[in-house]
Amino acid sequence: MRPVGSAAPSLAVFGAQLRDRPLRLFVSIAAIAVGIALAAAVYLINESALAEFGRATRELSGTADLAVRGTKAGFDESLYPQLATRAGVRVASPVLAREAALVGGGTLSIEGVDPLVAAQLRPELYGDLAGRYVTLLEPDALVLSAAAARELQLAQGGTLALRVGVGERTLRVVAVLPEGATTRRVGLMDIASLQWLTGSLGRLTRIDLRLAPGVDASRYAASLVLPAGVDAMTPALEQTRAANLTRAYRVNLDMLALVALLTGAFLVYATQALAVMRRRRQLALLRALGVRRIELRLAVLLEGAAVGAAGGLAGTVLGWLIARLVLSLQGADLGAGLLQVQTTQVATPPFALAAFIATGVVVAVAGAWLPARRAAEVAPARALKAGDDDAPARVHERVALALGLLLSGAALAFVPPVRGLPLGGYASIAALLAGGVLLVPAFVAATLAHLPSPRAPLAALVLARLRLSIGQSAVSLGAIVVSFSLMVAMAIMVHSFRDSFERWLGAVLPADLYLRVTPGADTFELTPAEATLLAAVPGVARLELRRTLQLSLARDLPPVVLIARPLEAGAGNLPIIARATVLEPTLPVAYVSEALHDLYGVPLGGSVELPVAGRKVRFAVAGIWRDYARSTGSVIVDLASWEQLSGERRNTEASVWLGARATAQSVGEAISARLHAGDALQVIESGALKDRALAAFDRAFAITYALEAVAVGIGLLSVVLAFAVQALARRAEFGMLRHLGLRRAQVLAMLAGEGAFMGAVGVAYGLLLGLVLSLVLVYVVNRQSFHWTLDYVVPLGQLLAVALTLVAAAALTAGLAGRVATSGSVVRAVREDW
Amino acid sequence: MRRALWLLAGWAVAAAATPVVDYPPVRPGVAVALPADAGAHPDFRTEWWYVTGWLAGPDGGPLGFQVTFFRTRATLRRDNPSAFASDQVLIAHVAVSDPARGRLWHDQRVARAGFGLADAAMGRTDVHLRDWSLSTRDGRLQARIAAEDFGLTLTLEPRQAPLYNGRDGYSQKGPAAGSASYYYSLPGLAVHGQVRRGAQVLAVTGSAWLDHEWSSSPLDEASVGWDWVGLNLDDGGALMAFRIRDREGHVRWAGGTWRAADGRVQVLAPAEVAFTAGRRWRSPRTGIGYPVQWHLAAGPLSLTLTPLMDDQESDSRQSTGAVYWEGAIEAQADGRRFGRGYLELTGYGDRLKFR
Repeated sequence: MRPVGSAAPSLAVFGAQLRDRPLRLFVSIAAIAVGIALAAAVYLINESALAEFGRATRELSGTADLAVRGTKAGFDESLYPQLATRAGVRVASPVLAREAALVGGGTLSIEGVDPLVAAQLRPELYGDLAGRYVTLLEPDALVLSAAAARELQLAQGGTLALRVGVGERTLRVVAVLPEGATTRRVGLMDIASLQWLTGSLGRLTRIDLRLAPGVDASRYAASLVLPAGVDAMTPALEQTRAANLTRAYRVNLDMLALVALLTGAFLVYATQALAVMRRRRQLALLRALGVRRIELRLAVLLEGAAVGAAGGLAGTVLGWLIARLVLSLQGADLGAGLLQVQTTQVATPPFALAAFIATGVVVAVAGAWLPARRAAEVAPARALKAGDDDAPARVHERVALALGLLLSGAALAFVPPVRGLPLGGYASIAALLAGGVLLVPAFVAATLAHLPSPRAPLAALVLARLRLSIGQSAVSLGAIVVSFSLMVAMAIMVHSFRDSFERWLGAVLPADLYLRVTPGADTFELTPAEATLLAAVPGVARLELRRTLQLSLARDLPPVVLIARPLEAGAGNLPIIARATVLEPTLPVAYVSEALHDLYGVPLGGSVELPVAGRKVRFAVAGIWRDYARSTGSVIVDLASWEQLSGERRNTEASVWLGARATAQSVGEAISARLHAGDALQVIESGALKDRALAAFDRAFAITYALEAVAVGIGLLSVVLAFAVQALARRAEFGMLRHLGLRRAQVLAMLAGEGAFMGAVGVAYGLLLGLVLSLVLVYVVNRQSFHWTLDYVVPLGQLLAVALTLVAAAALTAGLAGRVATSGSVVRAVREDW
Repeated sequence: MRRALWLLAGWAVAAAATPVVDYPPVRPGVAVALPADAGAHPDFRTEWWYVTGWLAGPDGGPLGFQVTFFRTRATLRRDNPSAFASDQVLIAHVAVSDPARGRLWHDQRVARAGFGLADAAMGRTDVHLRDWSLSTRDGRLQARIAAEDFGLTLTLEPRQAPLYNGRDGYSQKGPAAGSASYYYSLPGLAVHGQVRRGAQVLAVTGSAWLDHEWSSSPLDEASVGWDWVGLNLDDGGALMAFRIRDREGHVRWAGGTWRAADGRVQVLAPAEVAFTAGRRWRSPRTGIGYPVQWHLAAGPLSLTLTPLMDDQESDSRQSTGAVYWEGAIEAQADGRRFGRGYLELTGYGDRLKFR
């Protein structure tokens, strides 16, 4: 005989539930799995991208200990002999990296190296070229990586035409690197030839250093005195920088995963809570038989853990599969084009995968916590009597906890970001959500208490029934509240973002036509002579030139973008959100983006040091502007001041205002013809540019929309199940009602009425909670992750439509569930309960 | 390695689709003139300064050493204004034969000239790759090499007149008059300085030999192997001898220069030089077998050559693509020591090939 103290009997009871309610369990598991899958997929894709990024970096710079890096524009080559002869440096390999515009469209990254030196850092890459070094030294010789050769459909002996300035240059493919040498799509050239070809004489973008044995790379990097804007980075630091680049994007996706996980946790809670309610008598029996409270509690928790483990495992596997699919479809840049690497290899870090499964368990156990407590608190004597439902007294006890959670949620929203992450914001959302859900029974009770008793007997019946079963109703309502409030919050945030973005586009794109060099290509720039040519094209009423370039302001942060453009007095042509009142009068002015302001702590009205041609120049911060295009930071300075300071007179973009009778198309064609730039120069109408930007925005948020749908779907499914369960449990009640003379249609109408009422209350409450959550998302999470502000806009029509759909769906499903439940024989249903 | 470089004639040009430069030819009747010719001749395709010798510590056994600087001119147009665009490629190779430890210390460097990082000066012997250098100061040569696990700091003092090989430095390397180089040697250099092996620094003295040679087309296509020896003779004389082999191992050309103790110089014709291979040693690394024991007949001399140690194979596939044997040897005549020097054996692998 088994000792009575064992948890085995209680386990057996809950094991039975696994068999009896597979669909219900499946929904709980699925909800957790979706959340875990999304989190795991985001994590794995990013890990794979970073691993590939690191591999690609290592593949070309080989066994370098340090990379001395400038931005795309590069730095003066005189740094090379200084570093090469510095004590502690074993090999210094100069590199000029250029993104070349190809005739026929597209670009190719070309690295100019001194093959004799570069081979020392990566002998296996150049091994096959040994003896042909001199071939590589020839001015038109190009070596392609296997990936580049494949994509460009070129083999050894082929030729490739580049767009250089307004001319073309043809290169010979003298070799194709073996497949294993690098996965990057890249070309190699002699550095002297590339300098000459691209007009970059005297410039380098990188120097790879191998240090003498025993020299500490990071300490050595710190000891180097480098020109402004040039940094020495260890491979680890480069990884950090790449990771920082994708961080905001990742955080956004992780946020979505969190939403799914919270929903999952709540579903576990709802499932277990209902199960405990339904089994009050069994539980009471167990208690009467001597099973201790702690054992019952453990049993419920264990069941939660089992659900969590199953969901976590399924989710991790699913996430891995999603990551593989995404990587094979669109490469490793998470769809945002931030890390330009290609890989189909999914990283599989065992600890992280285990952590995802564990997260599933933790989430599910958290969801099962309250039901477990309630199971343990079942009083045997009372519960063994039939029909005794949850005591309304509990409601008040929970109100205090709920209010506490809501208050702490509000307080957490004001916590500053932790290491650049809006952790306080997330905690705030979790606390508000938990508090909000705990408050649901009280809210329902208050609503029901304030409703006048209707005259129609059916409605009175509905109300009476609901008043008596607040506990069960509240649990079902919670599912709607959680999924709908999160959906509302996300919808408001995305809508606010899109709305602000659209208005911002109008502000930053005031002209009719935009000219820019092929994105990414840096072998083509507009010279002053070409600009003069442009201004003289018939139909061009006004021409505004612009130069954008990258600057590195901190070693561990991704580069920021500098935009030099003509600034009107007071920069009225910018979307400025804050202006300084007093400025140092002698300094040139700069307008920094919100991200730059946040990330580098640049004070409004203070000054910021920017590297200009290798020197540090102080600029007065005259204002903060809103920039949705560059989350890593940007700064706008006046073009004339910039040209004077840097001595550079080349531009990368131009805005064109059309004359009275000119059409965008004719002027665009005239410009292309005048400059002979072919496809290296893109002429885009402002409307098309805006459409393109918005399309890109929608693409980036497509996953958000998809997830919203999933969250609402899961919420709705759980409501359906709750109704179905209740309807089945109430078969005796329905039988009694039929006995009392109600027709079946009336019973169904009663059920639909209950569903509609619960749906309406849940949706209204969810809307309210969602509005609160959206404030946290817009003003805390979004601001801290992306460093830009949004104008708060509520898509009222959209939300109302979804709300009505949900209420209708709730009524419909309640009716349907009732249909099933009332289909059996009246007599049998009544008898069953006795 | 000098011959290795020439044998790899194409190292610089083999793959060039269209030669865009005309290298100056080596012509008989043009005499080598020192000191001006001690410097670089950047228009010629290939050039080297090649120091080999024997060293000994205060109480230690003998060490062999070689310090070599090569210069080669790539077939590049010279109109690119980029500072990286030099067509001069420099290679340095250094080795120390250490029979007591049974070890050959060696290292190499390669770089394009420019930025003051690597250069070969004209007009005087002054060539460097970063901090490896061979330079002239006060009439003496100084070699400074700091490799990863060993180093050399040597002062080389000329005690003898330069030895002009061939006709006033015009040294023919094949049956055709065009196969030739300008070539002089500085035998009998008195050496003092330091050798570092790991953390251990050893003060050394010894004697050495410098070859300085430049050409554009030393070897014809039929030449695939080369044996060379340079000996400082104990009586104060000097002997340089070489032979060039074809694919079948037959002698295609030979030559040499002998300076007797009294200063009389005899230029050796092909028929006056005969190398006869003796004991062979097979490299455990490359599997190549080298005859390391030789009998050499050069003019009136009849010598036996014995290596300081067997394993003096050099693998420079990373810089020039060559694998060869180059090492310290002792010469005996009639069973007694007659002189010391260096022997180079190339073309013993299944044909030198650069990958």
